[in-house]
Amino acid sequence: MILLLLKILVFPGILFLVVLSMIGEYFDRKVYAKMQNRMGPPWFQPVADFIKLLAKELIIPKNADRKIFKALPLVACSSVIIAYLYIPLWRKESIMSFNGDIIFVLYMLTIPTLTYSLAGWYSRSQYALIGSMRVLTQLFSYEVPLFMAVLAPTILASSWSFTEVINFYNAGGSLWLVNFIAFAVAIVTLQGKLEKVPFDIPEAETEIVAGSFTEYTGPLFAYFRLAMNMQTIAGASLVAAVFLPFGYGSFFIFNFIIYIIKVTFIIFLLAVIRTIFARLRTDQMLSFCWKYLAPIALVQILINVIIKAAVLK
Amino acid sequence: MSKKVVIPIGPQHPALKEPASFDVTLKGERVADILVKVGYNHRGIEKACEERTFLQSVYLVERVCGICSHSHSTCFIQAIEELANLKIPPRAAYIRSLIGELERIHSHLLWLGVAAHEIGFDTLLMYSWRDREIVMDLLALLTGNRVNYAVNVIGGVRKDVSEEEKDQILKAVDILEERTKYYVQVATEEVTLIERLSKVGYISHEDALKYGAVGPTGRASGIKRDIRKDDPYAAYGEVDFEVITDDHCDVYGRAVVRVKELMQSYSIIRQLLKKLPQGPLSVVAPRLIPAGEAVSRYEAPRGEDIHFVKSNGTDKPERVKLRAPTLANVQSVAKMLEDGYLADVPIVIAAIDPCFSCTDRMIVAVNNVSTAKEDRMDWKTLREFSIDWYKKNRGVDFTKLKKLDK
Repeated sequence: MILLLLKILVFPGILFLVVLSMIGEYFDRKVYAKMQNRMGPPWFQPVADFIKLLAKELIIPKNADRKIFKALPLVACSSVIIAYLYIPLWRKESIMSFNGDIIFVLYMLTIPTLTYSLAGWYSRSQYALIGSMRVLTQLFSYEVPLFMAVLAPTILASSWSFTEVINFYNAGGSLWLVNFIAFAVAIVTLQGKLEKVPFDIPEAETEIVAGSFTEYTGPLFAYFRLAMNMQTIAGASLVAAVFLPFGYGSFFIFNFIIYIIKVTFIIFLLAVIRTIFARLRTDQMLSFCWKYLAPIALVQILINVIIKAAVLK
Repeated sequence: MSKKVVIPIGPQHPALKEPASFDVTLKGERVADILVKVGYNHRGIEKACEERTFLQSVYLVERVCGICSHSHSTCFIQAIEELANLKIPPRAAYIRSLIGELERIHSHLLWLGVAAHEIGFDTLLMYSWRDREIVMDLLALLTGNRVNYAVNVIGGVRKDVSEEEKDQILKAVDILEERTKYYVQVATEEVTLIERLSKVGYISHEDALKYGAVGPTGRASGIKRDIRKDDPYAAYGEVDFEVITDDHCDVYGRAVVRVKELMQSYSIIRQLLKKLPQGPLSVVAPRLIPAGEAVSRYEAPRGEDIHFVKSNGTDKPERVKLRAPTLANVQSVAKMLEDGYLADVPIVIAAIDPCFSCTDRMIVAVNNVSTAKEDRMDWKTLREFSIDWYKKNRGVDFTKLKKLDK
């Protein structure tokens, strides 16, 4: 019992996730800066930003709904943490698991997006309102391709449980390479989920200031930022567990290092995408996701169904 | 969403580098209506010129704009020289053109970065502003200042260009040309960039003529107008260059025109340095400028700049009128934004390369018609209102200060 509590609270649970999210943010910003020919932040910048925001005055707009306005950042943080507890990191089992936890994690990772939208809605500001609309519009465009992409590998494994999927691909040799298309789709849609360029439409600063977060300052904004950073790690871990199911040997240190490399690699991919593109428009994003990403994800599902019918049986 | 939302872009907004206000009425993500308001940064420069001597006014006018300072100063000084019937030495004319072209390069590179930032392409912003440093350093080397070069004096220029400086300019221009070729490649190959820029902010050739668009904004709609060619000043009559036009009529066209103009500027600088004649830098200017009126035109990086100067025979101008290119272009913005997306508003505004502070010549009533109510107060009512307001909102009681009422 105490061991489980320690696992949830400290390692590899909440505290580890917070620390890793800060490191992830640092790495992302540094890579982004280096590719733009800049210096980039020092290593403690994410921590410093967080502490600075916590020390700021808490300002809540007059017209905003105080209770919901305060609760939303915490809801966002906690839902990401819960999702993280169900993702296997460097062992085949996660801290908590049940049959169907992949679906559960995907849904838990949708909740922060909904809180961003609600945050904009309850701020009662025009910029935030438009931002809130855009969050939802964007959610509808990337969510379906993301689900299809993440669930494509599970077709081969005939299970919606992380542990069984990992076991299946570990036994299947290099079969996980089949899912490459879905991996690419998942990375692109993850970029949309994390609201980064080219999909940073909901917080396009030159149009609507900071979108949903326009009215958020101080500690509440710090928690939203933390939620966003943790979402990056959780999303990367999810993609790593489903699409890169290797490196689950008997050596803890090796497994741990492989996990860190996987997450770093995915954050690196996200940073590269962020560097080389301009922001799309809402309509362009919608048509891109539905015209290209969704059919591509469907192709992957088709491939997996054919492989399952022809090769595995 | 059928309800209309009014989004205020400005006077303070991350997309704007200067105060101006665009009230965008939205229908969903589409722009239904737009109300442009300028006049937030009135500095009274024209009036201030009247109280200063001509020479002092030159340095004041140079501060109209931080980006095209040389343009305003040259344009103003040309009008004075016309009044005083001065002919500047050829070497001075060449140096004026040289600084003018360097200024155009720095302005266009700056615009490229700003435009990239407006569409969320920060990498291009970082790259183009890094390269802009090269030309800024050149300007600092040639004139001593990165902005407000103050290289003009009435009757010529203040500072010479030495042989070593010539070499350095040529070297820097080579590097810049290389970099600009890379930007041309980015502009023609980067998919999201093209997606975001083409068919955005469309203004047809006829409309552009009707609204009086000038500079790259007009040239991107096929208006072949360039004061450097049409009414050559300084040394532009003696160099060979092309007036770049484009028929895209959209933001992409404006970007293409600016990038191609950069290439023309490099060629102009090379020609100027090659032909740079020997001779004095300035002629002696009279302190009293003969009475008369003069209009001077100058092709600033943003378009045609017009200065009107009236002298009454003293050492101070009687009237100075400036028309910055943004005033000519800002009318067309409302047309460009018709039926566009909210996401395109910042880039369309940025595409005319606006310089609102340079444009502001008068204060306009900012209250629009929709909220028209009597909000003019006399001193007494205003005081009572403020005492009341502080009591209600801040809990501070100022009623005891009544003795200050006199």
